[in-house]
Amino acid sequence: MSGKDDTMFEEISDAWELVVGLEVHTELKTTTKLFCGCSNQFGSEPNTNICPVCLGLPGSLPVLNRHAVELSIRVGLALNCTVQASLFHRKNYFYPDMPKDYQISQYDLPLNIRGHLVLPSGHRVGIERAHMEEDTGKSSHLGGSGRISSASASLIDYNRSGVPLVEIVSAPDIHTPEQAREYVSELRSVLVAVGASDGKMEEGSLRVDANVSVRPRGSTELRTRCEIKNLNSLRSLGRAIAHEANRHIALYESGESPTQQTRFWDESGQVTGALRTKEEANDYRYFPEPDLVPLAPSQEWIQSIRDTLPELPQQRREWVMDLCGEATTNDRIETAISDELYPFLVATLRSGLSPQRVVARTSNELAAELPLPNYFSTERFVEICSLEERGELTPTQVKTLLTEATHDDAPISELIARLGLVAISADSLAEIVNSVIEESPAEWTRFVEGEQQLRGFLVGKIMKASKGKADGKVVGEMLVERVSAAKKVG
Amino acid sequence: MALKITRDEVAHVAFLARLLIDPSEIDQYAEQLSSVLEHAADIEALELNDVEPTFRPIPLENVLREDVVTVSLPRDTVLSQAPETAQNMFLVPKILSEAP
Ligand SMILES: [Zn+2]
Repeated sequence: MSGKDDTMFEEISDAWELVVGLEVHTELKTTTKLFCGCSNQFGSEPNTNICPVCLGLPGSLPVLNRHAVELSIRVGLALNCTVQASLFHRKNYFYPDMPKDYQISQYDLPLNIRGHLVLPSGHRVGIERAHMEEDTGKSSHLGGSGRISSASASLIDYNRSGVPLVEIVSAPDIHTPEQAREYVSELRSVLVAVGASDGKMEEGSLRVDANVSVRPRGSTELRTRCEIKNLNSLRSLGRAIAHEANRHIALYESGESPTQQTRFWDESGQVTGALRTKEEANDYRYFPEPDLVPLAPSQEWIQSIRDTLPELPQQRREWVMDLCGEATTNDRIETAISDELYPFLVATLRSGLSPQRVVARTSNELAAELPLPNYFSTERFVEICSLEERGELTPTQVKTLLTEATHDDAPISELIARLGLVAISADSLAEIVNSVIEESPAEWTRFVEGEQQLRGFLVGKIMKASKGKADGKVVGEMLVERVSAAKKVG
Repeated sequence: MALKITRDEVAHVAFLARLLIDPSEIDQYAEQLSSVLEHAADIEALELNDVEPTFRPIPLENVLREDVVTVSLPRDTVLSQAPETAQNMFLVPKILSEAP
C-alpha cells in the first residue's frame, strides 16, 4: 500500500487527462504447470522443475491442465466476463527466457471476454479479456549494477517456464494514478478470494504492465501510448504512470509527440526509460497451436464453477457497510474483509454482536495478531467478543485477553482466571469514584462548575485506581450522575 | 505477373526466423513463396462464406489432464543442453533489452 506522500510524485496538470489501461499477469495456484506435470512451486532449486514439454524439445506434446482452466474460468466469472470457446496460439519470438522460441497464449479467441470490475470508490473499469498463457523463464543479470542496461551476462532459470498465467487486460478506463492502484489492489483481492492467485506482487506472482497516454481534458481521442513493463509494486505503478504522463505532456506542450514504444520503470532514478527493442520483435506471427485442441467449456461446467464462487470483496464490503452505517471508517472495513480476517468477522456478526464493535476488534486487535494460530477458531473469537458485549469485560481487558488467546490455546475461562480479568462490580467502582473525588476536591469542584477538560483527568485517576478493570464508558456515566447529584445538593 | 511476395518481405521473414540467407538467394525464395500463396489464392476464389474455419481435421476439444505432478528431468540432463552454465543456470550473452 502507498502512503499519502505519494500524491506529491503523482501530480498531473489539470489541462490534461490521463488515459491508462492495465495488463495484469497473475500466476495461477496450481500444483503443476500449464501443459506438463512439472511442479509449479515458487522457490525450488533453479532448473529442477523442467521436462521436455516445457523445454519445447522435439516430439514433446503439451496437454492442458484442468485445474488451470477451472481457475481461469473462476477469474473470468468473478470479473463478470463471458466465458467462451477459445483457442491457443503460438506467439513467436526469440528471447532466451523462452526455450521453445514461442509462447503458447490465446489470441483472437480468449477464454474470458467483456467483463468489468467495480472499485471501492464506485469507479467502474471495463475488462476487455482475461486469457490463459504460459509464463516464461526467469532471467537474472550478472555483472554491472544488476540493472538491465549494464549487465554483462544473463542467467536463466526455466522453472517458471510453462507456469500457468491469466492475463487480465483492462479497458483504458483508468484516469488517475490513484485509480490504477485501486484497480490493482481490488483485482488482487478478487484473485485471492476466488483462490486463483496468492497475490504476492513481491514474489512476481502478480505483475503489471501499464499502457499510458494523455489527451487534452474534454477530448475523447486516444493518443499515442507507451507501455511500461513489469511494475512490481503499487507504489511503482502510481509513480511510473504519473512520470510517463508528465513526459508525454511535456512533449506535446513543446510541439512534439511521444513515439509508441515499450518502456521500463527505473526504481532508483524514478524515471521511465525506453527499452532497446527492435521494431520487428513485435511481429509475433501468431498461428493456432497445432498440438492443442480447442478449449470449449460446456455451460454445465461453467455453471458448476459459478456455483462455487465465494463472496467477492465488493459483496463483503456492501454487507458490512450496510450493517455498520457511516460510523465505521473504510480503512477498518477493508482490513476486516480481508481473506484472513473475514471468517471471524462473519462469525461475530452472525452471532448478533454489535457490528461497529466487532469490526473494530477484527480490524485492530485481531489484525495485529496475524497470522493466527490454527487453534484460534471463529468460535473462540465470538466467545471473547461476547464477553465485551455483555459488559463482563472492559475493552482494555478484552484486548489483553485477545492477545493471550492467540498465543495460548487454553480455554478462555482459564485465561481469564489466570490473567485476573474480572470486570469490577458497580459497588467497588462507586467506592473508587468516591475516593478519587475526595482526593481531588479542587478539580472536582471545577468539573462540577462545567470545566469539561477535567473529565479526562478524573477518568484517568479512576481507571488507574481500578487497575484498568473499570469500563471507561461506565465511569463516564457515573461521573455525569455525580455531577447532577452535586448540583442538586448545591 | 508480379510476385505476391517482395524481396523485402523475404528478407524480413528470414530475419524473424533468424535465417541467414545470401542476397543472391532472395529472388529464388520470393518466387517459391509466391507460388505457395498463389495456390492459396485458388482456394480464396471459392465461395466459402458459409464454411466454418477448420483448424484440424478431427473434431476434438477439451483434452485435459489432472493437476498431478510427474517426474521432471534431472538437472544435470537439463544443463547438459546449455552452451554454458553458471550457478546451476543457463548462461547466455548479455540481454540488451527486456522480453517483448
Ligand atoms: Zn515440464
